[in-house]
Amino acid sequence: MAMKDAIGFKLQDGSRVSVLGGGPAGTFFSYFLLAMADRVGLDIQVDIFESREFSNPGPTGCNMCGGIVSESLVQALAAEGIDLPPSVVQRGIDSYFLHMDVGSVKIETPLHEKRIAAVFRGAGPKGSQNSEWESFDGYLLRMAQERGAHLINDRVVAISVEDNGMPRIRTKQGLSRVYDLLTVAAGVNSPALKLFSDMGTGYEPPETTKTFICEYLLGEDTVGQHFGSSMHTFLLSIPRLEFAAIVPKGNYTTACMLGYKIDKELVKAFFEAPAVKKNFPAEWKPDQNACQCSPRMNIAAADPPFFDRLVFIGDSGVSRLYKDGIGAAYRTSKAAAKTAVFEGVSSEDFQKHFWPICKSIKNDNVLGKLTFMIVGLLKKVKFARAAILRMVSREQKKGGGSLRMSTVLWDMFTGSAPYKEVFFRTLHPFFLSSFMWNVAVAVWPFKRKVGEGEVS
Amino acid sequence: MNTGKLGKVYEEGEVIVCQGETGDCMYEILEGKVEVLQQKEGREVRLAVLDKGDFFGEMAIFEKESRSATVRAMGEVRALTIDKRTLLRRISEDPTLAFRIVERMSHRIREMDNEIVRLKASC
Repeated sequence: MAMKDAIGFKLQDGSRVSVLGGGPAGTFFSYFLLAMADRVGLDIQVDIFESREFSNPGPTGCNMCGGIVSESLVQALAAEGIDLPPSVVQRGIDSYFLHMDVGSVKIETPLHEKRIAAVFRGAGPKGSQNSEWESFDGYLLRMAQERGAHLINDRVVAISVEDNGMPRIRTKQGLSRVYDLLTVAAGVNSPALKLFSDMGTGYEPPETTKTFICEYLLGEDTVGQHFGSSMHTFLLSIPRLEFAAIVPKGNYTTACMLGYKIDKELVKAFFEAPAVKKNFPAEWKPDQNACQCSPRMNIAAADPPFFDRLVFIGDSGVSRLYKDGIGAAYRTSKAAAKTAVFEGVSSEDFQKHFWPICKSIKNDNVLGKLTFMIVGLLKKVKFARAAILRMVSREQKKGGGSLRMSTVLWDMFTGSAPYKEVFFRTLHPFFLSSFMWNVAVAVWPFKRKVGEGEVS
Repeated sequence: MNTGKLGKVYEEGEVIVCQGETGDCMYEILEGKVEVLQQKEGREVRLAVLDKGDFFGEMAIFEKESRSATVRAMGEVRALTIDKRTLLRRISEDPTLAFRIVERMSHRIREMDNEIVRLKASC
């Protein structure tokens, strides 16, 4: 430790930290780094490199994601004193609908409280004008700036390491500066990650999969009437489609799809499915020119996500599988900030104090993968779908404390609890016996009533 | 922008937290004001008025005791609950999350000290 301190692996007064990327991971890191440094009386400089202008509608101002801030993150931020204002939250979500071909069921939170935030990462879809709402990323970036971070609105084009091991950043507009620590929060959709693969550091970018996101303008009233304050999730037996959700926002709804080789045909099949169609106004058809994107999503961690004076956070490093990417960005950015302020910026420091958080997310994803695989199998079997629907419907009608399937689905689809917790809850004898009973009822050859919350 | 309001709305005079109840969450005030009241020998004593950005009910997170006071909405209030389990899980992973709570509790002890001194001096 003394050796590391002697060669300057501790941040000191006047140390400079660069943050590549001004999305949630970069801004959370900058905000908490400066807040923690302030608590211990450390005077450091933080530069955030972000070329995107979050006040622009459309792709140039957007970091491309479904825009859900999970229940657990909304609560953690509130505990930090960061309350997301209505000017940033497009819609507060208090429940969700599970739609299947066998019927639909609404799952309410026990407290009937809006604790999930639907946001736009940028200033809204292309073509949106004079929006009443502001960008989520823009809001966080401003928060970090108010804490003292400097925004450098420029593109990083080269990164090198000085003889003393300190990273140097060069930008398109000619800025060249040496830093004590470089934090990479560039996501997985930025060409910036290639700079690190080419440097010979040994950094392997995360494995990714493509998603499909599309924004449909319906108007605030129509969105409210048809989708309310519920997230709509779909478990449909459509080839190549794993999972889909429709998130109501202010004037728009955001459709998110996860699957294998999502193309126009698959999107068409999704919107033509009766379980999807019934949620939209009768004459509505998806606008072919709507703002859409196919961003990549982190599905396996970068290995390793840290080196001496270099750390990868958010999607560039380790993220949660399929859900709560912003929550994972918060967790890894705080772990990196805490390590940098209280421990140091060497590879050993990150290994000891930052990596355990990444490892716990990585290990949890293994059970997440298994859980999604089981759900994938269940959704292919009609009586299994009917059993899920029946079990949730009964629980919701009955209320009370034994909402076993409801809480499993809620935590899985909202990303509110670790996958480990969700997985082990499904192994509980009461859960299994109840599910098996509902499977038995679902396959029983009596005719049952068709309709919402009922098994067909 | 009303669609984006998080939390739950409590009407004027509505009791959010009741003295003597067991609690498993704390509350962050997103909008409005609340009064913190304690029943003593049949009398209601106002301990504090809390505003937007304040929190209450945090003792239930760290203790197993029942709620020490009643909290009532003064006008319309919007508050967000923070679950004990969620918060403790986060704090066990990241103890710095408790900084703000400890800071605010420390501030309240300081205010109580000042109040004790004032009362003793007036005796």
